[in-house]
Amino acid sequence: MNFDDTPQEAEFRAKARAWIAANAPREYEDELKKAALGRIQLKSANILEVAKAWQKKKADAGWAVPHWPKEYGGRGASPIERVIWQQEEGVFGKLGALFIIGHGMCGPTMMAFAREEHKLRYLPPLASGEHIWCQLFSEPAGGSDVAGLRTRAEKDGDDWVINGQKIWTSGAHHSDYGILITRTDPTVPKHKGLTMFFLDMKSPGVEVKPIKQANGQAEFNEVYFTDVRIPDHQRLGAVGDGWNVSLTTLMNERMAIGAGVATGFPELFDFVNNLTLEDGPAIENPAVRSKLANWAVRASGLRYTSFRSISALSKGERPGPENSIGKLVAGAMTQEVATYALDLQGASGVLNSPEDAEVAGKFQAMLLRSPATRVEGGTDEILRNIIAERVLGLPGDIRVDKDVPFNKIPTRGRA
Amino acid sequence: MNFDFSDDQKQLRDEARRFLTEKSPPKAVRAVIDGKEPYDRELWKGLADMGFLGVAIPEAYGGSGAGHLELCVIAEEMGRALAPVPFSSTVYLAAEALLLAGSEAQKQKWLPAIAQGHAVGTLALFEGAGNPSPKAIKLTASNGVLNGTKKPVADGAIADFAIVAARTASTGRDTDIALFLVDLTSEGVEAKALTSIDPSRNQAEISFKNVKAELLGAPNEGWSILSQVLDRAAVLVGFEQVGGSDRALEMGRDYALDRIAFGRQIGSFQAIKHMLADMYVSATLARSNCYYGAWALSTDAAELPEAAAAARISATQAFQHCSKNNIQVHGGMGFTWEFDCHLYYRRSNALAVGLGSLSYWEDQLIERMRKKNAA
Ligand SMILES: Cc1cc2nc3c(=O)[nH]c(=O)nc-3n(C[C@H](O)[C@H](O)[C@H](O)COP(=O)(O)OP(=O)(O)OC[C@H]3O[C@@H](n4cnc5c(N)ncnc54)[C@H](O)[C@@H]3O)c2cc1C
Repeated sequence: MNFDDTPQEAEFRAKARAWIAANAPREYEDELKKAALGRIQLKSANILEVAKAWQKKKADAGWAVPHWPKEYGGRGASPIERVIWQQEEGVFGKLGALFIIGHGMCGPTMMAFAREEHKLRYLPPLASGEHIWCQLFSEPAGGSDVAGLRTRAEKDGDDWVINGQKIWTSGAHHSDYGILITRTDPTVPKHKGLTMFFLDMKSPGVEVKPIKQANGQAEFNEVYFTDVRIPDHQRLGAVGDGWNVSLTTLMNERMAIGAGVATGFPELFDFVNNLTLEDGPAIENPAVRSKLANWAVRASGLRYTSFRSISALSKGERPGPENSIGKLVAGAMTQEVATYALDLQGASGVLNSPEDAEVAGKFQAMLLRSPATRVEGGTDEILRNIIAERVLGLPGDIRVDKDVPFNKIPTRGRA
Repeated sequence: MNFDFSDDQKQLRDEARRFLTEKSPPKAVRAVIDGKEPYDRELWKGLADMGFLGVAIPEAYGGSGAGHLELCVIAEEMGRALAPVPFSSTVYLAAEALLLAGSEAQKQKWLPAIAQGHAVGTLALFEGAGNPSPKAIKLTASNGVLNGTKKPVADGAIADFAIVAARTASTGRDTDIALFLVDLTSEGVEAKALTSIDPSRNQAEISFKNVKAELLGAPNEGWSILSQVLDRAAVLVGFEQVGGSDRALEMGRDYALDRIAFGRQIGSFQAIKHMLADMYVSATLARSNCYYGAWALSTDAAELPEAAAAARISATQAFQHCSKNNIQVHGGMGFTWEFDCHLYYRRSNALAVGLGSLSYWEDQLIERMRKKNAA
């Protein structure tokens, strides 16, 4: 048992470290370090531009999405090298938030299902951050139940004509392309009549409307489709096989989102360490200590669980459904941690501007963003189902709509 | 990075599991709970024959000298099987104290006896309610003679010798405490078995009246040795708790697949599925924290105190969480004497306080993190 790199891993790490040391945008390091969940902004520059420039620089040197094949813009790194890269990129990795969906979900889906010529054309600019992609899955009627979606695609000559609405689409407002799942046959059970495409977000008939989020920001959108035409060669997988294609995306999503999720504990420990309460330093208060210890062991438990997965990767094993615990634990934890940090701040916990609030409003931002972590990329309940069914082998939920044609499934709970 | 046990260590775990499944089935645990014997002597002998008692004892003292990672995998299986033997007192506490601070003569005398299963040892620390603290030690040592009472002493009524924490001065400093090695057959020692929430492990009160004892380690270092012993034991008991958590989860899962209600397997009800998923989560976090503890223990890393406290807290929470919810999954059956659920529930709650309570370790963890942060 050890934490050492193998000689090859050490060599890769040294190379990555040297390159990052020489090239990273150090001028933003402090700001990025301070950025908390739900508030990644730069005072001195436009974050979008800084992020794109960093991604481009990486791409030129072969460090963009290192685990992708070379011909698609990566460097053919192994899964463990990918992790090493992330460790070394450290705080600058926060600049990649904008690309998570493209790199984590759209890219892998394209790689698995697109034609070779499309891969060669679309993947390198996706890797280099020149193009941003979004994932058009969720709909008002289909979130957890992704297969419950209603956006229609109808064949018309060599094209498909799309009508309908997507929702909660992160980054759609600055996306160039998207992967889109549609219903092509409403007369068969819901998982059977789906088909997947990719499309140009600038296509006529695509309308993106930002949604103001509960935390006041606007990262996600409604996307409307009115007679949008997609050529058949932009179909991913067979007609009617969209569900299987989407499983590839969702599997990759859990890996992309589950890796290295923030818990909020280091921030909390720091805060409490420097806080004085009425009766002395907060860190000496037994009740505070007990709370901290509980979160400390959850955070360290997650950290060492990820080390165990990394060790498995290092031996060439594939990540499995057990990785669902990362987001499940961290999501709930950031919410609890933020609530408690405000509680410790007493009346001033209510203040929300970075200027007036304690520690630049870090915990207020975390409080207001954390509910989303428990929903996006699979809700807590869906993740528990995955653990119960796929790890522990318990029976699947009863599916009353399993063999029913989609157009016969009820649409509202109350008449 | 290779943050995992080696193939050889995993093989040892399988071997220990096979052995304990056969030799320490619930029936054997119940024989001890029913009071027929204070512990399972045959199992104890078997563990000695398998070399499990001396796995972390150097060859020079009659052990196999394999190491602490090997002891961790065995500990996990001991916990999974609820082995009704004085393993933790003898191997984690007494043997570790001897290894850390014993004189050559003391090691030569007791370590081979432990490895061969001839001697049961324990640590006599507590004197009534409370957590490990130098202040709580009232039993006195003067001129090598002990006077006072210890309670509870794990496996105290079956132990052949004890490491006893005693007060040698009253300056209010940690250096007031010294450790003594006492042959429990000595004149003036009286051990009385006590009933406990987990009768599969013996608990006792031991009184000392003018008992002659030999010093273990330097006279002013008793508390410091003791803290190290407790940290080491915290990791090892952590593995017992992880083994117990896993078994309780497995029992719950199996029952959920087997039992039908409302025409369905109860494991198809989401409330039950989610309860089991949460048990999996806490068992997994505990396992990962314990692996880190195992690494720190086996390499004698400076991180051991912090790693040990984290392992202790996480494993205590996981075992309590899994064992209580295992009963819930089993419904009324879970509350019968006949089903094994309560054996795990009992053991989880006994282990939760045996090295000092959860709140004690929480306090320790934060204190240690704080010191590291300040450094
Ligand atoms: C910040 C953010 C960004 C997002 N970005 C994207 C994006 O880029 N692209 C995209 O396609 N989607 C995106 N989503 C959508 C996200 O994937 C869905 O919100 C999520 O899957 C939940 O679906 P829903 O919102 O329809 O909730 P619902 O499915 O309606 O869930 C409501 C409640 O019912 C529970 N529930 C539902 N089904 C079950 C079940 N089987 N068992 C138990 N409980 C159940 C849920 O857990 C939840 O508590 C984003 C969401 C958020 C919050």
